[in-house]
Amino acid sequence: MNVENGIHDAPYFVPQPSKWPIMGSLALFFITAGTAFGINNVSIGWYALGLGFLVLIGMLFGWFGDVIRESNHGDYGPQVDYSFRWGMSWFIFSEVMFFSAFFGALFYTRVVSVPELGWFSNTHDYLWPMFHQAWPALSGPKVAPYTPMEAVGIPAINTGLLLTSGITVTIAHWGFVKNNRRQMTLGLAATVLLGVIFLCLQVKEYHHAYTEMHLTLASGAYGMTFFMLTGFHGMHVLVGAIMLSVMLARVIKGDFTPAHHFGFEAAAWYWHFVDVVWLGLFIFVYCL
Amino acid sequence: MTTTTDALNPAHPIDHGHGADHGHGGHDAHDHHHAPAGWRRWVYATNHKDIGTMYLWFAFSMFLLGGTFALGIRAELFSPGMQFWQPEFFNQLTTLHGVIMVFGAIMPAFTGLMNWMIPLMIGAPDMAFARMNNWSFWLLPPAAMLLIISLFVPGGGPGAGWTFYPPLSVQLGAGMDFGIFAIHLMGLSSIMGSINIVTTILNMRAPGMTLLKMPMFAWTSLVTAYLLIAVAPVLAGAVTMLLTDRHFGTHFFNAAGGGDPILFQHVFWFFGHPEVYIMALPAFGVVSQILPTFSRKPLFGYVSMVYAVCAIAILSFMVWGHHMFAVGFPATAQLFYMFMTMLIAVPTGVKVFNWISTMWQGSMTFETPMLFAIGFLCLFTIGGMSGLVLSLAPVDIQLHGTYYVVAHFHYVLVAGALFSLFGATYYWLPKWTGNMYSERMGKLHFWWSMIAFNITFFPMHFLGLAGMPRRIPDYALQFTTFNEVASVGAFLFGFAQILFLYNVIHTIRGGVGPSPQRPWDGATTLEWDVACPAPHHTWTEPPSLALVREGLIAQGLEESTHVEELK
Repeated sequence: MNVENGIHDAPYFVPQPSKWPIMGSLALFFITAGTAFGINNVSIGWYALGLGFLVLIGMLFGWFGDVIRESNHGDYGPQVDYSFRWGMSWFIFSEVMFFSAFFGALFYTRVVSVPELGWFSNTHDYLWPMFHQAWPALSGPKVAPYTPMEAVGIPAINTGLLLTSGITVTIAHWGFVKNNRRQMTLGLAATVLLGVIFLCLQVKEYHHAYTEMHLTLASGAYGMTFFMLTGFHGMHVLVGAIMLSVMLARVIKGDFTPAHHFGFEAAAWYWHFVDVVWLGLFIFVYCL
Repeated sequence: MTTTTDALNPAHPIDHGHGADHGHGGHDAHDHHHAPAGWRRWVYATNHKDIGTMYLWFAFSMFLLGGTFALGIRAELFSPGMQFWQPEFFNQLTTLHGVIMVFGAIMPAFTGLMNWMIPLMIGAPDMAFARMNNWSFWLLPPAAMLLIISLFVPGGGPGAGWTFYPPLSVQLGAGMDFGIFAIHLMGLSSIMGSINIVTTILNMRAPGMTLLKMPMFAWTSLVTAYLLIAVAPVLAGAVTMLLTDRHFGTHFFNAAGGGDPILFQHVFWFFGHPEVYIMALPAFGVVSQILPTFSRKPLFGYVSMVYAVCAIAILSFMVWGHHMFAVGFPATAQLFYMFMTMLIAVPTGVKVFNWISTMWQGSMTFETPMLFAIGFLCLFTIGGMSGLVLSLAPVDIQLHGTYYVVAHFHYVLVAGALFSLFGATYYWLPKWTGNMYSERMGKLHFWWSMIAFNITFFPMHFLGLAGMPRRIPDYALQFTTFNEVASVGAFLFGFAQILFLYNVIHTIRGGVGPSPQRPWDGATTLEWDVACPAPHHTWTEPPSLALVREGLIAQGLEESTHVEELK
């Protein structure tokens, strides 16, 4: 990865001054301030949130549009390519750490806080006599009865979908290496399709949980870890699917060469990361 | 401008054989092309120097804001009883002072230094991702804005302390939400900034500059950025859980649903302890540049310094529990965290002794950067020692939440991080502005800060040992005298910084005269091979192997060959 600094582009590409970052900052300011006002019942906040998202989408189109133009123009030499590889790797590492905070919360809750609340003590007896520790069917003074998720059914199907999509994205990658447009297109389209089906099934599962199983974000330690982990994962699947769709569109437009297609590889790396997170979820949230 | 100043600044240009040729001074037309005039230059900036400058100014203005909050705290504590503020507002002052100083002042100041100096020191044309670099900076003003807005919503700003412990942080008013989102934005900024720094250092070094030959500041920046990428997302996760507990019905930190407030402390300090080193390691790097320069000797024990930095970084992930001894851990856990914490004293000791050995038998001179570096060394060691005291679980249970802790972390963060930042500013100001600062004012700033700092924080050790709790607006009568002393010291310290501001502005406007390309005798790293002030673009072509080798030989990192000695 050019750690021995043998590769130097002449010159290393430094972009022109750009208006996109400040637009992104404004967008995030509207989004965060808007949400903060909105959740505190200042309804104008929700409009700011909406505006923020519009600006953010415009910014993403503009910024990535510039990146694609620069790439197609041949501005990015091998050293820039290494920079992108390092950058994407570290970004995925930061995402891993984000999920590890929530996995940490899950493990702590299951191993420490729920069992400790179940220990017999006088305090326990006075405050909460009906409580027995149990997982996943927890009860508690603030927790309405609910049915926990099963691993069979939609979650197992979703695991199969994501694992298959890992294969199809690799088939697409072979297409990039061989410069086989048809294979690239079909592989990417299949991957995006599998991702979209995954998301639809996830929405169906959430709907079922809220309406029939009475399992919500407020269903105590189980509900919160279940929805936060699968919810953040779902958002990442959405982002990954959007990334891959952009790559599909670029393939159809005729971008990429066998030697120069890191945009696709970055999206594929991200997709594999999302896949691995799901395996962790399937084992620790659904099965165990 | 005067001859006396020249005597204070050993500021004779050294003919280095290469000189301004490498500074790309002849690229004027190119420069105009890249630097739009007016506000666009700053708002659309993709130049690492412009972005670094913005980081530094932002950090300094946040430093003044956070400092004002600190003076608000010290004014209230000048005498027992309630003086100026309601207790709620006092809590907001302590919280915002902490959050603004940590996330708004110290961290952006170091990121600014890294932005300015890393490309110059390793011979790179810019940061690896120049456009994203702009975004990293421009996320900070919105974050600061959110914090300021929080003061004006019903219930006021977040008042749960910079650690945001639940259940208090779950129960507070709307200000807390603004605080949470400010943390999100600052975390995003840190992650992107750090990815940029890591990538730049790993991928864009000059030919011949292998990892174990790069300047110590680059090493500490690399490790700091790595730590930030690892833990900033964890903090984002922690405050996200707070947000959902506050508004979306989760029970992460609420026993009524099977959660636990202690969970927050674990997640927070998993971030929080590495965060301590995120603020300390770059300071180590700065000092490792300044001390060799003014001792006119290579850094002693370079490789052991690198290993020490890495060891500190790895250990920092395993000691978070020492912030929570008073929570009630099993004895095994207490012992684990206690021994791990004490272990950190080993690599830190390696560093301190290496710095001392660097100065040993050097031809030392005491310009302002050197004074701040030595001030850092003395006071940071005191802070480290009091940290060692706090690492002992049985002692910590007594001292937890007292002013002893406040004294400890201000010794490492003010006399540590902040003094190194002042030192760095004086050290590189000639390179940034092209002008020499006033040594007299600089020295006055140092001694004034040094004395005022100790007047402020040394008595806090006694207050803490005597049992005065932190984060309270009122206290028992017997603590009065030391509190009066501390408050006087705090205001003195605050005024000293106006002198610093004046000196910097004075330097920008010409200072005591133009600076030569290499104002310091013993400065051998690559940034001194570019013109002064550093042109808008530097190292658009990487420096030659010969130039890099020349610096490395001077830094004692490479042996010179016979042929080179003949030259």
